Amino acid sequence: MYGNNALGFPILSLVTLLPLLGAVIIAFLPRGAKNAVRWTAVATAGIDMLLMLVVLFSYNHEQAGFQFREQFEWAPGLGLQYYMGVDGISILLFFITSLLSLVAIVYSFGNIDHRVKEYYASFLVLETGMLGVFVALDLVLFYVFFELTLIPMALLIGIWGHGRKLYSAVKFFLYTLAGSLVMLGAIISLFVQTSGAPGGPTLNWVDLMRLAPNFSYGFQLWMFWGFFFAFAVKMPLFPFHTWLPDAHVDAPTAGSVILAGVLLKMGGYGFLRWLIPLSPEASRDWAVVPITLSVIAILYGAYVTLVQRDLKKLIAYSSVATMGFVVLGIFTFTTQGVQGAVLQMVSHGFISGALFLGVGVIYERLHTREIARLGGLANLMGAFTALFVLLSLANLGLPGTSAFVSEVLVTLGAFKVNPWLAVPVYAYIIVSAAYMLWMVARVFYLGQPQGVHIGVEANPAAGGHVGGHGHGHEQGHEPAAGAALPGMKLWQEAVPLAGLALLSIFIGVWATPFLETMQPAVAALLDYLGVPPDTGTAFLR
Amino acid sequence: MEDYIWVIPLAPLVAFLINFLFGKRLSGNGTAIIGIISVLISLVLSILVFTQVLGAGGEEALNFDLYEWIASGDFRVGIGFYVDRLAAIMLLVVTSVSLLVHIYSIGYMHGDPGQYRFFAYLPLFTFSMLMLVLSNNFLELYVFWEAVGLCSYLLIGFWYYKKSASDAAMKAFIVNRVGDFGFGLGVILLFLTFGTLAYEPIFERAGEGEIAGSALTLITLLLFTGSMGKSAQWPLHTWLPDAMEGPTPVSALIHAATMVTAGVYLVARANPLYDAAPGTLTVVAVIGVVTALIGATIGLVQNDIKRVMAYSTISQLGFMFFALGIGAYVSAIFHLFTHAFFKALLFLGAGSVMHGVGGETDMRRMGGLRKYMPQTFWTLTIGSLALAGVPPLAGFWSKDEILGLAFVEGHYVIWALGTLASFFTAFYITRLIALTFLGEPRFDTHQIHPHESPATMTVPLWILAILSIVTGLALGIPPEAGPIHSFLEPVFAHHEVGGVAGEAQHAGGFTPMTIALMLTATAVSLLGIALAYLMYVRRLPALDPQVLAGRFAGVYKMLYNKYYFDEIYNALIVRPSRALGDGLWRFDARVVDGAVNGVAEGVSDTSGALRRAQTGFVGNYALAIGVGLVGLLAAIAFL
Repeated sequence: MYGNNALGFPILSLVTLLPLLGAVIIAFLPRGAKNAVRWTAVATAGIDMLLMLVVLFSYNHEQAGFQFREQFEWAPGLGLQYYMGVDGISILLFFITSLLSLVAIVYSFGNIDHRVKEYYASFLVLETGMLGVFVALDLVLFYVFFELTLIPMALLIGIWGHGRKLYSAVKFFLYTLAGSLVMLGAIISLFVQTSGAPGGPTLNWVDLMRLAPNFSYGFQLWMFWGFFFAFAVKMPLFPFHTWLPDAHVDAPTAGSVILAGVLLKMGGYGFLRWLIPLSPEASRDWAVVPITLSVIAILYGAYVTLVQRDLKKLIAYSSVATMGFVVLGIFTFTTQGVQGAVLQMVSHGFISGALFLGVGVIYERLHTREIARLGGLANLMGAFTALFVLLSLANLGLPGTSAFVSEVLVTLGAFKVNPWLAVPVYAYIIVSAAYMLWMVARVFYLGQPQGVHIGVEANPAAGGHVGGHGHGHEQGHEPAAGAALPGMKLWQEAVPLAGLALLSIFIGVWATPFLETMQPAVAALLDYLGVPPDTGTAFLR
Repeated sequence: MEDYIWVIPLAPLVAFLINFLFGKRLSGNGTAIIGIISVLISLVLSILVFTQVLGAGGEEALNFDLYEWIASGDFRVGIGFYVDRLAAIMLLVVTSVSLLVHIYSIGYMHGDPGQYRFFAYLPLFTFSMLMLVLSNNFLELYVFWEAVGLCSYLLIGFWYYKKSASDAAMKAFIVNRVGDFGFGLGVILLFLTFGTLAYEPIFERAGEGEIAGSALTLITLLLFTGSMGKSAQWPLHTWLPDAMEGPTPVSALIHAATMVTAGVYLVARANPLYDAAPGTLTVVAVIGVVTALIGATIGLVQNDIKRVMAYSTISQLGFMFFALGIGAYVSAIFHLFTHAFFKALLFLGAGSVMHGVGGETDMRRMGGLRKYMPQTFWTLTIGSLALAGVPPLAGFWSKDEILGLAFVEGHYVIWALGTLASFFTAFYITRLIALTFLGEPRFDTHQIHPHESPATMTVPLWILAILSIVTGLALGIPPEAGPIHSFLEPVFAHHEVGGVAGEAQHAGGFTPMTIALMLTATAVSLLGIALAYLMYVRRLPALDPQVLAGRFAGVYKMLYNKYYFDEIYNALIVRPSRALGDGLWRFDARVVDGAVNGVAEGVSDTSGALRRAQTGFVGNYALAIGVGLVGLLAAIAFL
C-alpha cells in the first residue's frame, strides 16, 4: 500500500533496485563483451538518474513527513516491514547518490579494463545499497542496505585499487563491520524491547519515534552508544578515521568518488535518522561527546592535512575536517546547525567527489599523486586547472560556494550552543586556506611534473613576447603552454567536474531552496527532541 | 535607481564571463575592449547614481533585497543593494580608477600570453568590489569581501609560475583569512545580538543604547580584525608589500586605490556601531597611527620602487584609520577618495617607469630617467607632491583635515605621531623621485634604452594627475567643512544625536586655528622634501645616505628588514603550525592508527593462540569433550 505517493507507483523501489537489476543483467552478459557491460552499466545508472529527477521534481518541498511511501509487511510475525519513504533530508542525499554513481560509472568507462563484469556488477550493487540506506524506514531494511555497501566497496578497493590495496580493503571492511556489529546488537535488543510494546515487535521508524521517548534512560544510552560507533566509523569521526586515508589512497578513482561523496554521508544520515530519534534524552545529554570529537576532528584534521605529501591523502584528510562540521552541526540541535550539517553533506558530496575525480585525471596522465613530483599543470592542462582550482577554493569554503554556507550555518549553530566552540572551529578557515592553496601552488603553478619535459627555456613564442615588450624582469619566464598532456575527456572528466563545481556554486549563491526542502524534516526532529531550535542544547554553557 | 542599479555590478561580471570562457579565442585587445566597455557602463551609471543621490537630499537610502540567499530558521539573509551617499562616492572611486587602469593595461599588458586572464580577473574584481560597496547586509559584505580577496590572490599570482608571485598570492589570501576569521565571528555575533544582519535595523538599534556596550565593543573589535587584514594594518600588514609581485596595474587598482580601502569603508559603513563602542575607536586610532608610522619609516629605506609605494599605502591607510578612530569619518573618506587617485597615479607611474626600463624595479639601477620619459616624470611628480601634502594638491587637503581634527579634538599624541609620519612621507616620496628620475643614470645605457610609454598609458596618468590636483580644491575647501562634508553628512548624521564627540560639533572653516595647523603641516611636508632633496639630489656630504646608514646601523637594519615582522611570524606561527601538523600526523599514524592495528593484531594473535588448540588429533578432542562433560555433569549435580 502506498501512503502519499503522488506518482501511484513504487518509484523509490524502482530507483533503489534498478541498479541491482542492472547488476543481474551484467552477470548474464558474456565475459568478453566488455563494451556491452559498460554500456549496460552506464544505461542503468543513467536511467536511474532520470528517475531520480522525477522523484526530485515531483517531491513536495513544503510538506512535512515522508513522501512516496511504500509499506509492505515482510515477515508479519516478526514485525519486519519493507518500508520506504523520503523526507527533506533524505531526498538530497538520495539525489547525490544517484548523481555521483552516474559520474563514477561514466568515469570508469575507459579506465577499467580488468574484470570489467565484476567491476560494474559490484558498482551497481553498491549503488543499490547506498540508495536503500537513504530511503529505508525499517531498521532491518536499513541494516541490510547499510551492510550491502560494504562488500562491493571492499572489492572495489581490493581488486581494482593500487598500492597496499588488500590491506586497505580489509581494514575498511573489518573496521566498518566492527562498528556495524555493535549496531546489530543494538537492533536486536531494540527488537526485544519493542516485542513487549503494544503492536510490537516493530522496527518501523514511525513506530519507533512513538516508542522511543518512553524507553528507559539506560536503554536509550545503550541505543546511543550502540549506533554511535557504527556511524562514527562511517563518518569518519576522530579517532575512528584512520581507515579513510588508507582506503582512499588505494581505492580506484571511481571508488574514491563514491567513498567520499556518498558512503561517508551514511554516517551523518544515520545519526539524524536513527541514533538521535532512538535515544532522544541520551542524545541531548551525551551530545557533548560527539561535539567534542567533531571539534577535534575539524582542527586535528586540518592540521594533519597541512603536512600531507600525497594529493589523494591530502583531500582525504581534509574530508575528516569537513565531515567534522557535519557531526558538530547535528549535535548542536539548532535549526542552523542541523541544516548546515545536511547542507555540508551535500556540499562535500559535490566538492570532494569532484576533487577525487580530479586526482584521478592527474594520476591517469602522470602516474603519481605525490605532490613533490607534480607541478606546473596549469601550463599543461589549462581548463582542467581552472576547474580543479575552483573546486579547491570551494573546499576551503570560499563564499559563493556551498561549503561557505554550510560552514557558516554550523558555526552559527555552534556559537549558539557555546561561543567557545565556534572560535576554534572557525579557525579552520585559516588552516584550510593554507593547505588547499599550498597544494594548488605545488601541483598547478610552480615547476613541472617530473618525467614530463615541457621546455621552459626553449619556447620562442612566449620568450619573444616577454623580451619584446620589456618587462621580462617582472614576469620571469613564461613556460610553454605545451600540449604534452592529453586534455580532459568530455563526458568522463570535463562535464562531471564542471557540473559538480556548478552545483556547488549554485548552492553557494542560492541556498534557500535546499534549506527550505530540508526545513520541515529538521523542524520535526528538533520538535521531537524538545529542544528550542533557536538555542539548541545549552548544556555546555 | 532601483531599476538599473544592478547593471553596475552586472556589466563587469558579464565581461568576466566572456573573457574567462572565450577570451583565449579573442584577441588580447578584444578582451581589453570588452572589459573597458563593461566598466564604462558601470561608470556612467555610477555618475547617474551620484547625481540622483545628490538630488535626493540625502534623507532616504535605497535599500532592497534582490532575493533571499539563505533561509534557515530565524537566520535569513538576502542579496540586496544599499545605496546611500557613502556608497555613491565609493562607486565613483571604484569605477573611475578601474576604467583608467583597464585602459592603461592595454599598453602595459600588451603581448603577455595571459592577457585574456588578466582582462577576465580585472572585471571580476570590479564586480566584486562594486558588490562589496553596494551590499545591504553584513554577510553579503563578507562574501564580496572574500571575493575581492580571491581576485587579489588571482592577480598577485598572475605570473603564477614565479615562486615569489605564487608565494605572495598565497600569503595575501592566508593573512586576509586571519582577519576574516575575526570578521566572520563578528558577523555571527552581530546576528546573535541583533537578530538580523541587515544594515538598517542594526544601525537604528545600535544608537538606541539598548544593546550592551560590551557586546558592541566585541563585535566592532572583531569586525575591525577584518579591516586590519584587508587594509593591511599592523600587525596584519605583511602581505601588502609582497602583493607587489602582481602586475603593476593591479597594484594600482587593488592594492592602492580600492580593495585595500575596503577596511576603511567597513568602519565608515558601520559607524553607528563604532560610535556606540568608544573603546574600539581608541583601538582603531592607535592601530592606525602605529601603522602610519611603521609604514612610513620602512618606506624610508626601501630600494624597490613598488615596495616604497606599498609601504606608503600601508601608512596612508593608517592615516585613514586614525581619522576613523578619532571620529573624523568624513575626513577619512575624503582621504580615501584623494588617495585613490594620487596613489593609483603613483603606481601607474611606477609601472610606466618599469615599462620603460625593461621591468627593473630597483631604484639603485635607475636615475636620470627624467629626460627619457618626461610625461611619466611630471605626472609622477604631481602624484608625489599630492602624497607629500603640498598645497594645493589633493593630499594636502585631506591629510590636513585628519591631522587638524586630531589636534582640535585634543588627541595631541596622535597628532604629533601623525605629523611625524607625514614628515617621513614627504621624505620617502621625494627620495623616490630623486632616485628614479634625477641625477645620472645608474644603469647601462648601452643595454637599456628607456622610452616613454604609449598614449594608452600616459593619458590615464594625466587624467589621474589632474584629479590629484583638483579633487582637494573642489571638495576640501574650506577645511573640515568643504563640499565633501555637506555631501557625506547624512551618512554620519547621527553624531548630532549622540555618540562620541565627532566632527559635527566642530565647525571647521578657515579659523586662525585651522590656518595655523595648515601652515604647520605644510612646513613639515616641505621640510621632508627639503631634507630628501639635500640628501639625494644635492648629495651633501654631511648627509650622505650611506654614511648615515652606517652611523645608525641598528636603526637602518631594523627598517631595512621591515622590523623583522616576516621573520617573527615565520618563527612564531608558520613553522610551529607545520611542526604541529607533523606531530599530529605522526601521532595519527602511531597512536590512533596504531591502536586500530593493535586491536587487529591482538585479535589475530589471540586467534593464533586458540588455533593451536585445534590440533586435529581425535584423541585430544575426545579428551576435551570428556573433561567438559564431566565438568557439566558435576555442575548440574552440585547446583
